[in-house]
Amino acid sequence: MSETGYAASPRIRWTEWLPWLAGVAVFFLLPEYLLFGARILTYILFALSLDLIVGYAGIVTLGHSAFFGAGAYVAGILAAKVKLTDPIVLLVAATVAAGVLGVTTGAVILRTRGLTQLMLTLAIAALCLEVANKATPITGGADGLSGVTIAPIFGLFRFDLFGKTAYLLCLVTLLAGWWLVRRLIYSPFGATLTGIRENSDRMHAIGAPVYRRLLAVYTISAMIAGVAGALSTETNQFVGLNVLGFEPSGELLVMLILGGVGRLYGAFVGPVVFLIAQDALAKQFPQFWYLGIGLMLVLVVLFARGGLLGLADALAARVRRSV
Amino acid sequence: MKVARILTVVVALFSVVLFTGHSVSAQTVKVGFISTYSGAGAPQGDQLDKGFKLFMKLNGDKLPPGVKVETIVRDDTGPNPETAKRIAQELIVRDKVQFITGVLWTPNAAAIAPLTAEAKMPFISANAAGVAIPYASPYFARVSFTLWQACYPLGQWSAKKFKRVYTAVSDFAPGHEAEEAFTKAFKEGGGEIVGAVRIPLANPDFVPYMQRVKDAKPDAVFSFIPAGKQATAIMKAYGDLGLDKAGIKFIGPGDLTTDDELQGMGDVALGVITAHHYSAAGDRPANKAFVAAYKKEYGEKLFPGFFVVGAYDAMELVFHVIRELKGKIDPDRAMEVIKQYKNPSSPRGPIAIDPETRDIVQNEYLREVRRVGGVLANVEIETLATALKDPWKQLHPKK
Repeated sequence: MSETGYAASPRIRWTEWLPWLAGVAVFFLLPEYLLFGARILTYILFALSLDLIVGYAGIVTLGHSAFFGAGAYVAGILAAKVKLTDPIVLLVAATVAAGVLGVTTGAVILRTRGLTQLMLTLAIAALCLEVANKATPITGGADGLSGVTIAPIFGLFRFDLFGKTAYLLCLVTLLAGWWLVRRLIYSPFGATLTGIRENSDRMHAIGAPVYRRLLAVYTISAMIAGVAGALSTETNQFVGLNVLGFEPSGELLVMLILGGVGRLYGAFVGPVVFLIAQDALAKQFPQFWYLGIGLMLVLVVLFARGGLLGLADALAARVRRSV
Repeated sequence: MKVARILTVVVALFSVVLFTGHSVSAQTVKVGFISTYSGAGAPQGDQLDKGFKLFMKLNGDKLPPGVKVETIVRDDTGPNPETAKRIAQELIVRDKVQFITGVLWTPNAAAIAPLTAEAKMPFISANAAGVAIPYASPYFARVSFTLWQACYPLGQWSAKKFKRVYTAVSDFAPGHEAEEAFTKAFKEGGGEIVGAVRIPLANPDFVPYMQRVKDAKPDAVFSFIPAGKQATAIMKAYGDLGLDKAGIKFIGPGDLTTDDELQGMGDVALGVITAHHYSAAGDRPANKAFVAAYKKEYGEKLFPGFFVVGAYDAMELVFHVIRELKGKIDPDRAMEVIKQYKNPSSPRGPIAIDPETRDIVQNEYLREVRRVGGVLANVEIETLATALKDPWKQLHPKK
């Protein structure tokens, strides 16, 4: 997995099918872990959306949970209050809602850069959090939105306690998301984004519509994050305030850094490693598990600057040189 | 050399198989215990954990022959219903527990309850007090308390003492319940609520709220704030702004002055009136023994608060069911046993489970913070109600 981007060949390599094989294998081999698997898949989709703007377009954000939360709450509120319970309809509704939020907030924050931008993304997430906190009759406030019931997919597949349906829904949705993001990255549009990230003045100079391109990718990313949010609502049948908090945004960024920013599969590796480590540590040491997570991050930052995938690349290069 | 190594591996493998085979032959009951070990709620979670560990240490072997209990402890990271629900799901699906207990926060328990209905999983709340949770699952039972149990009798009592009261509660379900219960009883008794404010749950600054209370000049301020650091902070704000000197009494459920936090509050807490089901200063023999055991385990200077008692009694109930069913746990039979549960000698006095609502039946005591032997204590001055069922459920029976 070397350089991804416009310059690379867009043909899907055989190795790129391996994650999907693994995903299907998990379904059959680890039936007790499907709920956890669904959570990982949701986070991969969420990380993919973040990678698109942070890794490829160079937009710094700490407020990406706003879109995840918007998707989660829209799906949850429609299901609990409007009694619109079809999971596919909910996914679409969440996508639209997160897209609208993305385009309106993007129109503001993309006029700024660097630290200002970072602060604005934080502020927008904080605003969304406060709205959800205060609108108790609609969102349930700090108690969370309960009473979310989701109808079976196509009227056939019920969301079961073991998470089989949820897992497959997440897997299929992630496949669609991955395909879309991959297409974007290898398109001329993706090349413009990389150009803007590397040198936006120059992109202006050659006549690229920088602001419009950024707004477009920001909106697409918001929509994908919204889908991830709706998936989380459908899996958990519950929405809590913490989906909008700072923590998921921060954790997500950490996962992405862990996997490798600006590479398609960094968004796959990060959440898998982070969440499995978190799960294992939290089970083994319920009182000290955060310490383990912290140590892991310190090690990655010290010794694997490009994330785990960067580390793998470096190792592969060394092996090739010695051969 | 090589052969020896292979042999070692084979022997090791066999011993593993034999060992696991052996432990399966005994009747093992798995109990999932959920508490908060990280984040801002960790001190309260630690109290819950101490109650749980104390029980296991003192009574963990009081089981029928051949029955073992395995406990699986998980961290819900605070008032975080999504995480709590996920953890409960994992305990049910992956770890195959037969009981779930613990759970500090109402939102968390409310998220877990529907799951226990689907999975037929006996779920015993050791703390989470949300009044309507039992209606969400027939497999839910509670040994802790409801805020109606404390605040309704406190409202009745206050109506005889005060004319004008200001209410200031945390803006989440338990806060709303405390406010509603107190207000109803207080107004029924002829009192007047001169102001009501709801304070955000996350990281509030209490000073502006207390200033508003002071400006309204009520006879008393009624407050519910989650026990722990927040309760200490509101107490400090009350003292710093001089509400005590302005003659405004501070009243509320016992969450305000938990026994473990009381020493940190200082003299400003003196004279605060609370209603609650448990005080470490209670002079029942069972409580004296309990407090002594707690001090022996965790240190002379520490006092068990109501969280500790909640977790202790929850484990007592779990063990009671295991003993009654001789280790063969069937969820429906377990619930039958739970509904008949009576314990005449809990540290808090006699308790029972109401078979109708699966909620706790217990005494409520009126307490005043006084200095006893150099330390602050919630001295029980009156029994407000004996064998009190949750008043809310009497007013709102399940349809």
